[in-house]
Amino acid sequence: MSIDLSQFHQVFFEESFEGLEEMESCLMELDPSAVDGEVINSIFRAAHSIKGGSATFGFDVVADFTHVLETLLDEIRAETRGISQDDVDLFLRAVDCLRELLSQLQQGEQPDTEVAQELKAAFEKILREGGDTTTAVATEPEPDAGETGTQSWKIYFRPGTDTLRTGNEPARMLRELAALGQAQVTVAAEEVPGLGALEPESCYLGWHISLTGSIEKAQIEEVFEWVVDESEIRIEAQAAPASATWSIAYRPGTDVLRTGNEPARMFRELAALGDLTVSADTDGLPQFSQLDPESSYLGWQLTLTTEADKSSIDEIFEWVIDESDLTIETGAEPVSAASTTVAPESEPAAAPAAPAPVPTSTPTAAKPAKSPPQAKPSGGDGAKKAVETSSIRVGIDKIDNLINMVGELVITQSMLGQLGTDFDLDRLPNLLEGLSQLEHNTRELQESVMRIRMLPISFAFSRFPRMVRDLSRRLNKKMEIELKGEQTELDKTVMEKIGDPLVHLVRNAVDHGIEPPEKRLAAGKQEEGKITLNAYHQGGNVVIEIIDDGRGLDRDSILAKAVEKELVTERDAGQLSDEQVYDLIFHPGFSTAKEVSDVSGRGVGMDVVKRNILALNGSVEITSTAGQGSKITIRLPLTLAILDGQLVRVGSHTYIFPLVSIIESLQCDSSLVNQVAGGCDVFQLRNEYVPIIRLFDVFSIEPDSRNLGESLMVVVECDGEKVGVVIDDLMAQQQVVIKSLEQNYQKVEGISGATILGDGTVALILDIPGIVKIAGVRHLTDNQVTSLARSHSNSELMALSASA
Amino acid sequence: MQAVNVGATDENDQLPAEQHQGDVVEDGDQYLTFIMAHEEYGVDILCVQEIRGWEAATPIPNAPSHIKGVINLRGTIVPIVDLRQCFGLEAIEYTAVTVVIVLKVETEKGSRIMGIVVDAVSDVYSLAAAEMKSAPDLGDAVNTDYIRGLVNVDGKMVILLEIDRLLSMDDIPNLAEVSRQVLSGAADAEAQ
Repeated sequence: MSIDLSQFHQVFFEESFEGLEEMESCLMELDPSAVDGEVINSIFRAAHSIKGGSATFGFDVVADFTHVLETLLDEIRAETRGISQDDVDLFLRAVDCLRELLSQLQQGEQPDTEVAQELKAAFEKILREGGDTTTAVATEPEPDAGETGTQSWKIYFRPGTDTLRTGNEPARMLRELAALGQAQVTVAAEEVPGLGALEPESCYLGWHISLTGSIEKAQIEEVFEWVVDESEIRIEAQAAPASATWSIAYRPGTDVLRTGNEPARMFRELAALGDLTVSADTDGLPQFSQLDPESSYLGWQLTLTTEADKSSIDEIFEWVIDESDLTIETGAEPVSAASTTVAPESEPAAAPAAPAPVPTSTPTAAKPAKSPPQAKPSGGDGAKKAVETSSIRVGIDKIDNLINMVGELVITQSMLGQLGTDFDLDRLPNLLEGLSQLEHNTRELQESVMRIRMLPISFAFSRFPRMVRDLSRRLNKKMEIELKGEQTELDKTVMEKIGDPLVHLVRNAVDHGIEPPEKRLAAGKQEEGKITLNAYHQGGNVVIEIIDDGRGLDRDSILAKAVEKELVTERDAGQLSDEQVYDLIFHPGFSTAKEVSDVSGRGVGMDVVKRNILALNGSVEITSTAGQGSKITIRLPLTLAILDGQLVRVGSHTYIFPLVSIIESLQCDSSLVNQVAGGCDVFQLRNEYVPIIRLFDVFSIEPDSRNLGESLMVVVECDGEKVGVVIDDLMAQQQVVIKSLEQNYQKVEGISGATILGDGTVALILDIPGIVKIAGVRHLTDNQVTSLARSHSNSELMALSASA
Repeated sequence: MQAVNVGATDENDQLPAEQHQGDVVEDGDQYLTFIMAHEEYGVDILCVQEIRGWEAATPIPNAPSHIKGVINLRGTIVPIVDLRQCFGLEAIEYTAVTVVIVLKVETEKGSRIMGIVVDAVSDVYSLAAAEMKSAPDLGDAVNTDYIRGLVNVDGKMVILLEIDRLLSMDDIPNLAEVSRQVLSGAADAEAQ
């Protein structure tokens, strides 16, 4: 039976990448001077899963590489070897290399093994070197472990009855044992109940295994690692039993391959019992032209040296014994010299798609198999497609929650349905109650569905410890990174888009922010710089802070650069507030780094960072104290799909303000409106002046009244400034689902999207910065407005009056 | 007993219909035609998603006048184009019989769904490519790229529209403006 394994590839890759991340974060945690066994175990488990998976799917490059990794880890875990900082570095490089290999495999490309080979050689070198020092470092857990010679083990293994249900397969463990050395397995079936009482999913068998080879007890224990709690396992050292030599003559019937038996497999099984010599008897081979590729013409002479008894040899031939000539005798019979020695694998007849591939786990085998011709092309396509479809892992509690909600929804629906079948007015209260319940359910359902898209921000943060570590080495700086609020949840889409900007900001903080150690000491600070990443929820936003305790932003050099680049005039420069100065670094092509390093300083990036954040409806601001460090604060909406909105009316049109942008709403009082030169009105809001935007002007629509005294004004925040938007009426506040206008139409200035209201009509969602841009009011800051006399010289107001 | 009868009639109804369809397919592409200002226009029927009555659309601020706004088509936001204004025809009052044809248009940015407002839906014709005459060259002033061809059906001219091209232009051409320019250009020339 052939199974299209490619359908599991995507899952394997995802799990492997997760495993690599786990390894990476554990390696970062690892302190070479005080090794925590649990951390090593986590790394080991991750490596082990990747090895297992890649071997199953035939990604041998990965499997081989991970195997070496695992061997070394195992020695560290067994405390037979210490770990140095260099080892940790090597492991980290190995993680990178594996990630590279896996992503190449995922793309369906041929993996580039050069780095892998190099690293593998490095690991093997360590392993060899380690061998000599082992005994010195080792705290021998078992007296036998020190012996290097052949050792025999007698193992009794009785898995718990639930073993199969938990996904463990004894057969796999037995195979693993067999891979360690020569294994002889006998089954202890005395506890199997009668057929009537037998539960097909329970495991009643036990096994006696004798294992010979240069095997340490730890290796055996590792095989049983997953089942050790629920099983009865006895491992005893044993003197190697006398082995016997068997001589086997085997000539299968010509149809043996057609019936799905493969001699090569049987020989492999025999080889697992002991030392096997095989020679093929080609006498029966016909002329090439008469050769039927699916028939078997060969016979074999086998010599097996093993301590296994005859029954275990018989067992191997169990399936073919009826149709074959088989003689099994003790004592070696030298094979006739005429026969050619052929490696069983190169037997041409064995070619048709290895009939019995190493069986994978039982659930896999239960899947319906596709026929090989179909499986191949679809597998290829699948791998290509898999790259495009991204998936999300969701906690089971979230799903359960969702199912509960749907259950409630169904109940409410049937209740309402019943009400509807024979409705009279007496039952109106019931109907209203039902409807309110429906609303409640819908809202909860909506929230739960949204929560599915939410991921903890640690997904975005996890890469930084590694990055900071690498960068600090490259730059010869000392620093540590602290992550806070890693469990803060964020929409997956937002998370994906914020990753790169964050990388850029952290990199900047490392490169520009943190000073070299000597300078830090000179400034009376700790030698070690500190970068803190912090995330938390605030209102409907997620706030991410990147804090460093470095030199802070240099106001003067930023201004000098800005003047040089003609972003500001020298005269204005002195009057800019700190925030405005810091904001300058987000201009394209702006970099104050004296030397361009390969880390940062090319001035591309900060503008992209800002643009990306704005595109997510977020904002970014910098605060900084010279010599003390700086803090970059990013605010992002929780999700891109749903918005808390304030419905407003202008004339016959309904628009939606994002609720987060509204500061307050108030009645316009004409006496508080002043006209600034050029026709822009400002409103005196307590002790500050805010520019007024008339939505009907911006959108060229007909309002109820053009008289400001009869209108309402919504004060909104735009790029840190307050702006008053004049509307006719405030309507409901509600959550709205954001729909794209661009999908079927195009981007509309001043509109960020559309939504569907309760009555089925479409309402447009306002894009505040867009509206401000249309209105031509930009950066009308407090001091600019209050010093009206100066406004004539203010270029921005000039532009404003020109457009008005 | 009743059920059997119904089934039988269904079968009888279907047979001629199927035969009819078979004929049509042999003849060539099918076009849905509609009427605007007494002219008959046709669009490839495979583009047509549905035909619905006019309902009020939400206007888009600062949009060209031929974009009537957007409607909610089962959760999708669909823009509505007034084809009369697009073609520079006189605007008429929308009534209960005004029809919106919802079309699926293939553009460079993927497929888009759009609605066009027309006076009335007319007929479905199957037309062979051979019957089609190419659009007359009206010179540089008038863009005729969006016309697939002209065809004569029972003595009447039907203008077949290349709807993908017409609606995929980022700025849907306002032909009224084009014609006005042509006219004013002509007037200027006369004045000189």
